Amino acid sequence: MTQGTETIDITLKVWRQKGPEDRGRFETIEVKDVETHMSFLEMLDVVNERLTLEGKEPIEFDSDCREGICGMCGAVVNGIPHGPEKAMTLCQLHMRKFEDGDTIVVEPLRARAFKVVKDLIVDRSPLDKIIQAGGYISVNVGGAPDANAIPISQELAEKAMDAAACIGCGACVAACPNASAMLFVSAKVSHLTLLPQGKPEAARRAIGMVRAMDACGFGNCSNERECEAVCPKEIKITNIARLNREFIKAALFSMEK
Amino acid sequence: MSWLIMTFRTSIGKKLMMAVTGLCFLGFLSIHLAGNLTLYWGKARFNAYAESLHSLGPLVTAAEWILLILGLVHVLTGAILFYQNLRARPVSYRVKKRAGGRTLGSATMPYTGLMILGFVLFHLINFHFTDRTDRTIYQIVHSAFHNPWYVGIYVAAMIVVAVHISHGFWSLFQTLGANHPRYMPFVERVGIGVSLIFGAGFGLIPLYLASVP
Ligand code: HEM
Ligand code: FES
Repeated sequence: MTQGTETIDITLKVWRQKGPEDRGRFETIEVKDVETHMSFLEMLDVVNERLTLEGKEPIEFDSDCREGICGMCGAVVNGIPHGPEKAMTLCQLHMRKFEDGDTIVVEPLRARAFKVVKDLIVDRSPLDKIIQAGGYISVNVGGAPDANAIPISQELAEKAMDAAACIGCGACVAACPNASAMLFVSAKVSHLTLLPQGKPEAARRAIGMVRAMDACGFGNCSNERECEAVCPKEIKITNIARLNREFIKAALFSMEK
Repeated sequence: MSWLIMTFRTSIGKKLMMAVTGLCFLGFLSIHLAGNLTLYWGKARFNAYAESLHSLGPLVTAAEWILLILGLVHVLTGAILFYQNLRARPVSYRVKKRAGGRTLGSATMPYTGLMILGFVLFHLINFHFTDRTDRTIYQIVHSAFHNPWYVGIYVAAMIVVAVHISHGFWSLFQTLGANHPRYMPFVERVGIGVSLIFGAGFGLIPLYLASVP
């Protein structure tokens, strides 16, 4: 155990890729004296400082808030998106989860739809394309309506909020054996469609977002449940069942084409 | 019609076809198993069952054609899904690790499916497209299962079917949109039960017949 030890030595095997066209390869980096209270990304910062001092290219990776709410960070650590800790983004993972002498393999989120930009940075804009295809509600201009004018049951509000917790990090795609984006799409569809404001466009949203998802080259869900297991926000696959229902409803019982 | 084609070309549409055809197969397996269990009552009961089934004439033929169409839909859609899913991740991970969702059944659906397809063809050649002019169906089945190879293949195939259903059963509910914490744990347990019943129900028949002189 690392209890009592303040620092550990680790071996990083990290994916290095110069650009989208580069083939890429793993680089092995010995990292000495990693303070265990650092986050995983802070550890990478330290590695990058050392690489820079040695005149080498730092490891490119995405991050922004570093408090688990923005969805920018994320890499596959020892085979698990966002690393070994349940319900946690990579920026919230701490080095005390690792032991002295560990080898840590760091790979980008892998999917045909997510092109590698550089090293650990992937282009997740296909998720934005899916949002553009229906992940919104239309609101008329004019005076703002009174807050709480439309009654919403506590149960629905809870379910919608749980789905709205999705930060769009793409870990579900990375974890899915089929690189499917169904958990993401289902969270977005659920969070809007459960609420009255989202109902008018429900059919168009379900069909539009599913088609956009397919067009981006994501795989097909086969209910493997790996997405649910890695989601840092613990989005449940009951949302995928809801998306399936919304899609069936839209395809069979609406005029939406 | 174009909306129908558009619907079934989407990823969810393809999954719906898998779920509905898979559900139909589960119905077929239930009837098939019930009929086959008459083997335990001996030669006369089994031949009588086979005879009354064939006396339905055109109904049996219609059922066979429907099963063939369902089979083609399930197999071809499954093949497309498998191909698309392989293509969706061209570069695989160096470290392949399960996070806790995947099961033996879910990870092997295309492979167990392919094995079932091979078995179904083998099975039809053995017992369906065979000369029945001077042998009763009991004699055909009985002599087949005195060949240890046949017993081995049939028992193995039934284990494969059980593995396919162990994921397929709850998965079809999820695909059809029926997942609620109130009943999903029950559905999952029933799925395991159903796969055990089909696996053991069909799988023990060859072993039993092998022991009947
Ligand atoms: C005894 C016969 C069979 C039964 C009872 C059966 C049943 C099922 C069920 C219930 C599903 C789940 C559908 C869902 O997830 O919604 C399924 C999926 C699947 N089946 Fe079958 N099946 C049978 C034969 C076959 C055959 C012969 C093949 C192919 C050669 C096959 C290939 C597949 C594949 C690939 C899937 C997974 C589809 C996916 O989720 O991506 N199955 N099956
Ligand atoms: S950097 Fe914002 S969630 Fe990790």
